[in-house]
Amino acid sequence: MSAAPLAHSGLLVRRSILRVARQPANIAFAFAFPLLLLAVNAGGLDAATALPGFPSGSYLTFALAVPFIQGGLFAALTSGQGLGQDIESGFLKRLALTPLTRSSLLAGQLAGSLALGTFQAAVFLAVGLSASAGFAAGIAGVPVLLALSIVITLGFSSVGALVALRTGSGEAVQGMFPLFFVFLFLSSMAMPRDLIQHDWFRTIATYNPVSYLLEAIRSLLISGWDAEALALGFGCAAGIAVLGVTGAALSLRTRMVRT
Amino acid sequence: MSARSRSVALAVAWRGVRLTFTTPALILPMLTFPLFFLAAFAGGISGIERAPGFDFASGYTAFVFVFVLLQSAAFGGVFTGFGIARDFESGFARRLMLAAPRRAAILAGYALSGLARAAATMAVATAAALVGGMQVGGGGVDLFGMYALAFLVNVAATLWAAGVAMRLRTLQAGPLMQVPVFLVLLLAPVYVPLDLLAGWVHALAQVNPMTVLLKAGRGLISGAPADVALAFAIAAALIAAFAAWARGGLRSAEASGA
Repeated sequence: MSAAPLAHSGLLVRRSILRVARQPANIAFAFAFPLLLLAVNAGGLDAATALPGFPSGSYLTFALAVPFIQGGLFAALTSGQGLGQDIESGFLKRLALTPLTRSSLLAGQLAGSLALGTFQAAVFLAVGLSASAGFAAGIAGVPVLLALSIVITLGFSSVGALVALRTGSGEAVQGMFPLFFVFLFLSSMAMPRDLIQHDWFRTIATYNPVSYLLEAIRSLLISGWDAEALALGFGCAAGIAVLGVTGAALSLRTRMVRT
Repeated sequence: MSARSRSVALAVAWRGVRLTFTTPALILPMLTFPLFFLAAFAGGISGIERAPGFDFASGYTAFVFVFVLLQSAAFGGVFTGFGIARDFESGFARRLMLAAPRRAAILAGYALSGLARAAATMAVATAAALVGGMQVGGGGVDLFGMYALAFLVNVAATLWAAGVAMRLRTLQAGPLMQVPVFLVLLLAPVYVPLDLLAGWVHALAQVNPMTVLLKAGRGLISGAPADVALAFAIAAALIAAFAAWARGGLRSAEASGA
């Protein structure tokens, strides 16, 4: 990348981060909602730790993986809504008149949600540890967890951007939000897959990539270093990111036709 | 209620019902969310019924069904509040208030439409739970009591949401209608009985009125009624309190000239 696209991208990165930072209500919701659900589920499902085969003696440790995924979902909402607003307000069309490259634009748009996602991951980890959740991987696991969170956030954010570019509407991105949550709920979010009683649910959870994202994070929290879980988690997150970014880039090409 | 008030209430209710059942964007989330929660809880978490101390004769599907039923009822009321706020935003409520001789009838009409929404959602949730193998231990009277309790929860939630909607008169007040209801539902014994809750959630659930309603509903569906009179008393008290709140909202809307 030459200097000019980098400079353009830098401007959009700054704009994207500032736009996220200037919406305190959205930021508060992105932190408060996952932490509230964590607190409620940690108390509500603590009895599950008494089940034979449950991997941890603390449901808080088991459930701590969930806010990281929810953080990624909020990031998807943030990036998609931001891009949708830019399309609705005509900002994207004005950008099409400039020499800005599409890759710079996409990178810039995703930067704000990536910054938010990274900050969320750090806060969730700090809150979890201060509430006595376990972290079996130790200090070396922290950068791995943050790296995984960033790839997950990138994946979900790019899907949010793809929806915004395909529909041209921030409201449509908001409408997709419940669908993202369906993926979360139909995963191994609340129970390990081998303790899910119903075959149909276990099958859905097995085919749902969100299960592998959760299990990768959980491996760092509960068992330490599990190469298979980490490979599957990073692989699924990277797969979502590749599909999302490619789809968003192709949609952006249509959206930013220079006439 | 006089004949004129009744005709206003029925007209408002019919409009609300027709609008809900002919607008896919309104009816689909209302019907699918309870099904989704039923599937996610009964399918994904049912293994917890094997935890020591979990003892519910009718099985986990029936256990979570009662929560889904009361949740559907409560959110049916919240969605009715959204409709009221939308009517204020569009200016329809202003015309309605000019036309109605007794404005309390408008409130009654909205409450009736909320009951119709809740009835549809509860019917779909019940059918899905039965298809999913829910065991029902209670008899006809028990089940009547359980559904009656759910309808009372719906009326209470409608009156709460109506009070907010009529005071703020904007759809942006949606979270204010929704979040308190969501929290009250969530801070009750959703997944396990009260005794198996841990920490601060247990402490809050002990004083949460929804805990008694859930316990009564679960007792009724399993044919072992418990705290039923207390649950109905709590539901009646909630309706009385939120009726006063909604009347205050109506007065606020009248005073604003909205």
